[in-house]
Amino acid sequence: MAKPATAPAGAFFANWRQNIIYIGFVVIFLVFAATLNDKGFLNPNNLLNIVRQTAMIAVMAVAMTFVLSAGEIDLSVGAVAGLATVTVAMAIAVAGPVGGVLAGLATGLAVGMFNGWLTTKIGIPSFLTTLAMMGIAKGVAMWISDTAAVPILSAGYSWVFGGGSVGPIPVLMFWMAIIAGIGHIALRRSGFGRRVLATGGGETAARYSGIDTASIKFRVLVLSSCAAALAGMLYAGRLQSGRFQLGEGDELSVIAAAVLGGTSLFGGKGTVIGTIVGALMIGLINNGLILMGLEFSQQLIARGGIIILAVALSQKRG
Amino acid sequence: MTSPAPVAVRMTGISKSFGGIRALDGVDFEVLTGEVHALLGGNGAGKSTILKVLNGVHVPDEGAIEVGGQKLAAPTPEAARAAGIAMNFQEMSLIPTLTVAQNIFLTREARDARGMIDDADSIRRAQAIFDMLQVEVDPTALVGDLGAGQKQLTEIAKAISQDARVLILDEPSTALSVSDVERLFVFLRQLKAKGVAIIYVSHRMDEIARIADRATILRDGKHVITAPLADLPIDVMIEHIVGKRSKGLADVARGDAMRGEVLLDLSRVTGPHKPEDVSFTLHRGEVLGLAGLLGSGRSALARVIAGIEPAIAGDIRIKGQKVAIRRPSDAIANGIALVPEARATQGIIPAHSVADNMVMSVLGRITPRGMVDRARVREIADKMIDRLSIKTASRDHAVSTLSGGNQQKVVIGKWLATEPEILILDEPTAGIDIGSKAEIIRLVRDLAQAGKGVIVISSELSELLTACDRILVMADGRAHQMLDRADLDDPAETDPEHALQAAERRLQVEIQKALSIKEASHG
Repeated sequence: MAKPATAPAGAFFANWRQNIIYIGFVVIFLVFAATLNDKGFLNPNNLLNIVRQTAMIAVMAVAMTFVLSAGEIDLSVGAVAGLATVTVAMAIAVAGPVGGVLAGLATGLAVGMFNGWLTTKIGIPSFLTTLAMMGIAKGVAMWISDTAAVPILSAGYSWVFGGGSVGPIPVLMFWMAIIAGIGHIALRRSGFGRRVLATGGGETAARYSGIDTASIKFRVLVLSSCAAALAGMLYAGRLQSGRFQLGEGDELSVIAAAVLGGTSLFGGKGTVIGTIVGALMIGLINNGLILMGLEFSQQLIARGGIIILAVALSQKRG
Repeated sequence: MTSPAPVAVRMTGISKSFGGIRALDGVDFEVLTGEVHALLGGNGAGKSTILKVLNGVHVPDEGAIEVGGQKLAAPTPEAARAAGIAMNFQEMSLIPTLTVAQNIFLTREARDARGMIDDADSIRRAQAIFDMLQVEVDPTALVGDLGAGQKQLTEIAKAISQDARVLILDEPSTALSVSDVERLFVFLRQLKAKGVAIIYVSHRMDEIARIADRATILRDGKHVITAPLADLPIDVMIEHIVGKRSKGLADVARGDAMRGEVLLDLSRVTGPHKPEDVSFTLHRGEVLGLAGLLGSGRSALARVIAGIEPAIAGDIRIKGQKVAIRRPSDAIANGIALVPEARATQGIIPAHSVADNMVMSVLGRITPRGMVDRARVREIADKMIDRLSIKTASRDHAVSTLSGGNQQKVVIGKWLATEPEILILDEPTAGIDIGSKAEIIRLVRDLAQAGKGVIVISSELSELLTACDRILVMADGRAHQMLDRADLDDPAETDPEHALQAAERRLQVEIQKALSIKEASHG
């Protein structure tokens, strides 16, 4: 496996396709800095805003890196995040912030275990399991909230989960950094991470090696739902309310962030650092396109085009 | 040959490098029409590469290719096919979710009047090919449901269905039973008489000696010799393949088994499909062979012991203690390791590094507090690379960059890393050159000497006879007979080469006998 950290600088550029995400990030940043400076792109507040808008996607994308590396997929993350905002907000209303946090985690655990059970024990491919779960989670969120926003009145909760900042640094940035750090070490260095990569890289060989591949798949799906629930808790804290629409459609940005970062959709290969940069790049592009004054329709087209370009450049040819 | 036959394939000065490694270095290769031409060489000698160049998969860096006197239009698979070149693939190019007939005629399907694919026609033509070969394969079966031997027959049928002028068969017999190989040879002789040029790659010298007219030997990417087989007795072939070293199987000293306590004791063990009601014991310090044809239940027995397909009846005892082996990790915890038969899928993760593959079975032991101890990973990988003399650019290179023999050593190293007491090797030398073969057999003997119990499954009888102290003959999922290796020897025969051949004949007779008893009891 390539180890960019120990490779000399020449190797970084020799393997430029592999590292296109880092190069692309810098290039896009410089282009925006040059062209959008008069619109306040480099303003610290704007840059921190990018982080704020990216944090939830990044948290979910870290877990998605594990899911994809194990050769599975989780399409339910956006809907689960939305469901968690509702359960958290409702629980805070009756049981306070601690109850809210527990309710959020319980939501993630319950959905994840159900996804994992259906995928590993019943044998439904995770694509279908989580596709169905996407609808179920959204439906439950609409049902229990009567499709209305549920306000969160706990200032403490809102500060910790997304609203607060330490000096100029938003709390969301700490969440992102912590999850990324844990995720990176877990995937690169832990026994669990190795088993995840082995399961996705060659399931039969992994099984013959004594790796309980079903348990690994179960655990990455639980992990993913819990990360989605955490993202939901952050949405809820930032916007001081729970709404079923929050997180809607995030699954695509999450998967795009991981794949942009160099994680294989087919398993066996993944990097958390790449994923974080992928998520930041998506945030960067969104921000830049808004500052350019593009209409929403134009933003969608430009964003799609940039993502296709980045992934196309990273493909090996010949 | 009285008058020289026209040249079917002429490759001149072919060179090909992969990332600095010269796989082929100015190789000339010429095949005549109407001959079976054996292509021989050790692992990494360049056999696969030159064949892939010939059928357009690889573009050569230098050199020219002529087929039937015509320069090949372009170095592409399409051009090669248009020129009449067909090849079976060692690494199974079949699509498991399609049927046998659909696979054989993939992209060449017959169309009906409306331009739709006519599956019925494919089935008819596939059946005709199997009838011609006189083998039993159901054209409507899904390839994914077939055993290795049937898949191989499908591969061969796919190659010959193309009415090729040049037919390349790469290790066609590895998973075939003796009688299927026999029928294949009869068929190849018919093709030859029709003027088809056949390039035959095999590691089995006995097969080469029987079917080939001429042979070309490659070593380290260079052409060594091309000669009629009459001028190439087996020992000369081996000499050319391995170079100066002589590593025939007959040289491996078997030594005396130091039988210790009973390590493994199977009593009336039955698996989910096979085996049925098998009992035997394995002692410390001995090598037990499992002999039998394809489908005899040898590999299924190995999978039962290794916990991949847990037993549904019977007792397994290890050192006298009854153990429950329900999953592979149970087997590993009990000191059992299986080097599986399908290297590419069951043994390795090709895209992952040598080191990562090597520690895959011992992750639990090298992750104190959940973190992978990277110093231990390096230590284990380097120790195994050194101990098994694995040829790799580094421990961090992907296993897919290694030759087949070295990949197999990675699998063996991975399992030795678990420090097993009982090691099972399923076809450990399939598709491996004779030099590596002898190395692996020696390693098996060394492990037994070091007090381990080893079970070896092999379709190459000479290998079983060289490696094993006792041989269990299996047929149709059942254990038929336990033979003592010494009883197969003829005390009067002193020449080791002849003695081995004589013992091989006896073992062959026992295997055939086991089959006929089985058939008699059925009929």
